Amino acid sequence: MINELGHFALILAFAVAIVQALVPLIGAHKGWRGWMAVGEPAASAQFLLIAVSFAALTHAFVVSDFSLKLVWENSHTDKPMLYKVTGVWGNHEGSMLLWVLILSLFGAAAAWFGGALPPRLRARVLSVQAWIGVAFLAFILFTSNPFLRLAEAPFNGKGMNPLLQDPGLAFHPPFLYLGYVGLSMAFSFAVAALIEGRIDAAWARWVRPWTLAAWIFLTIGIALGSWWAYYELGWGGFWFWDPVENASFMPWLLAAALLHSAIVVEKREALKSWTILLAIMAFGFSLIGTFIVRSGVITSVHSFASDPQRGIFILAILAFFVGGALTIYAFRASAMQAKGVFSMISRETALVVNNILLAVAALVVFVGTVWPLVAEMFFGRKLSVGAPFFDQAFTPFMVILALILPVGAMMPWKRARLGRVLRSLVPAFVLALAVAGLAWAVESGNSLLALVATFLGSWLVFGSMTELWQRAGRTPARLKRLPRADWGKAVAHSGLGVTFIGVGLLLAGQVENIRVAQLNEPFTVDGYEITLTKVEQVKGPNYMSQMGTMVVKRDGKLVATMHPEKREYPVQRMPTTEAAIHTTPLEDIYLVIGDPQKDGGYAVRTYIKPFADWIWAGAIIMALGGLLSLSDRRYRVAAGARKTRAMPGHATPAE
Amino acid sequence: MLKKFVLTFIFLIFAGPIFAVQPDEVLKDPTLEARAREISKVLRCPVCQGENIDDSNAEVSRDLRLLVRERLQAGDTDSQVIDYITARYGEYVLFEPEKKGANLLLWYLGPGVLILALIGGFFYVRARRSAPETPTGPALSAEEEKRLKELMGE
Repeated sequence: MINELGHFALILAFAVAIVQALVPLIGAHKGWRGWMAVGEPAASAQFLLIAVSFAALTHAFVVSDFSLKLVWENSHTDKPMLYKVTGVWGNHEGSMLLWVLILSLFGAAAAWFGGALPPRLRARVLSVQAWIGVAFLAFILFTSNPFLRLAEAPFNGKGMNPLLQDPGLAFHPPFLYLGYVGLSMAFSFAVAALIEGRIDAAWARWVRPWTLAAWIFLTIGIALGSWWAYYELGWGGFWFWDPVENASFMPWLLAAALLHSAIVVEKREALKSWTILLAIMAFGFSLIGTFIVRSGVITSVHSFASDPQRGIFILAILAFFVGGALTIYAFRASAMQAKGVFSMISRETALVVNNILLAVAALVVFVGTVWPLVAEMFFGRKLSVGAPFFDQAFTPFMVILALILPVGAMMPWKRARLGRVLRSLVPAFVLALAVAGLAWAVESGNSLLALVATFLGSWLVFGSMTELWQRAGRTPARLKRLPRADWGKAVAHSGLGVTFIGVGLLLAGQVENIRVAQLNEPFTVDGYEITLTKVEQVKGPNYMSQMGTMVVKRDGKLVATMHPEKREYPVQRMPTTEAAIHTTPLEDIYLVIGDPQKDGGYAVRTYIKPFADWIWAGAIIMALGGLLSLSDRRYRVAAGARKTRAMPGHATPAE
Repeated sequence: MLKKFVLTFIFLIFAGPIFAVQPDEVLKDPTLEARAREISKVLRCPVCQGENIDDSNAEVSRDLRLLVRERLQAGDTDSQVIDYITARYGEYVLFEPEKKGANLLLWYLGPGVLILALIGGFFYVRARRSAPETPTGPALSAEEEKRLKELMGE
């Protein structure tokens, strides 16, 4: 009964979305206020209906209702409650339902908080948002219905892929989707502005918070995925340049570019048509990402539930939205004329370079990802493009970006004096060189990678500090009074630097040891004395574990007692490795236990991974920077502008 | 049937990189072993979905790892080993596409587009230096100007 209600709510949401797609659009065109106003309640209704549907599906998973095909295929009564809930989106149908739930949430949020928008623009934004909703609701209802029943309910389910039964991966998809789908707001605003035929500083101010929020979620989502790969896949890799990872990385790069170009539109009324194009492409790449993951066209380690039929449907959606938006763009872009004038050396120019680097870097990732497909279709060659290509082709962009970032960030708008900016950055430069020299000296390999990465990373961190210091007029007391957006900028840029340092030092200095470890026979890796003292069979809630006990000592002193595991999930007959990781700020000790060997002992892999956690710490710092910026007064003013207008006595103070 | 096949496939992929490089495969000579590991990173496991032979546990990956070590011990250079393997298993096992033929497009598209974009950016910025500061779009209404000011916090 509840399942049918969920299904019915989804169909109703589809109907509401169609109304929301058409009525406000026509209203905005004809200038009929009543028709325009339909968008708001429709967006709320659409969200509520999809939420009911999602709740119904969650209920089915929680009570293990195996009469639903989806629950039977992906759940099991023995599964811990957390994974019963996260199992809702641990499969194709459920994850698409989560996708539209978030899409409608953003639409509803635009209706709820968009009070300050001109009614015509708001009607168009809500309408475009609903078009996307219609397309994806149709996709779910016609190709991926989560509410299909089985004729006879089986006694128990087939269980979920054990690799997905993990907190890191459980919350990875919602964050990623919040990011992907959040970019739909930028898209809707862009298309609405194109229909309107104008874009100005106010438009950019409305778009930026949405893009920023989407970017923050993408950052967290990507970091979670990378962290999961690090501790779960058993060899401590953090990024594989796998098509599915690239699918989330391309929108991230474009969202970062969009954030920066929207600043130019907002402050200087330039780069308008480029910003619109970026907004279209950023969401376009989110759709491409969904297509890559869902269609299985480009095979990858992570994709599940791939199906060509569904792939074609998503491809059609992609073609319709990106193609349609680009067509309107072609007709209207010339109307977006820039106003701001600036000199060759200025913040504007620096942001243009930033955008070029980020966009071309995204293009490189895109071409590398689809090249095997292109080569097979047009040249009849079956080939692979993997990490070695991306490392070589992508890294230079990040190096150049990091080199110029602190300089560009320090430049004033309109006209800058390069000499003056560079002079103020001399201390940061010297400090960064010193840190890099230190890394070079300490790092056993004396690798160039460690040198370059630590230099660039600390250059970003010290450069950001210098910028804050300058902004505060070199007075500590004024640091606190700087707008949060300034802090957000410095923090986010520093986070990027921290990630640079983590990646460089991990790749340059990691130590690996593969061996057969006999019980109670110590071995030495990188100064650590490690002993396998015990291996026992332990029973988990829905798995059996072969758990080792390993004692790690340094100079005779106990560092850690660690328990690497190899788990066997009987329902799926599938083993997973649970590496034991001892984390310190400077390095991780990473232990993996394998099968017992014929001549006694166990296969054991030991890694020492320097600065590993800096990679994700950097990502979290970047996200925090984004949050700081998002919480800036000026955005809240934008959101609550209607209220301020209602109380003229309560004017916003000047800055 | 298909489901079974898919499950086996998933099993193959995920069965645990733990089995990847086995202790008995490791060469005694550490420099040779280090070279073997570097080469293994460029070679793709032919039956997996995007793993290199170093991280993969498939039978064929083990064979390839042993083959790489055999060739190294026979005195081959790194590129000779890679050529040896690609000659037998095809271009598909190479994670780093060769810089020849159509692949040149893949390798040089990024730098090429970057240069074009920088040239385009240069002309755009140069044009912005002297553009007239007069608004060309429809002007803001008085009410809109007021709202804009509020929004800008001025």
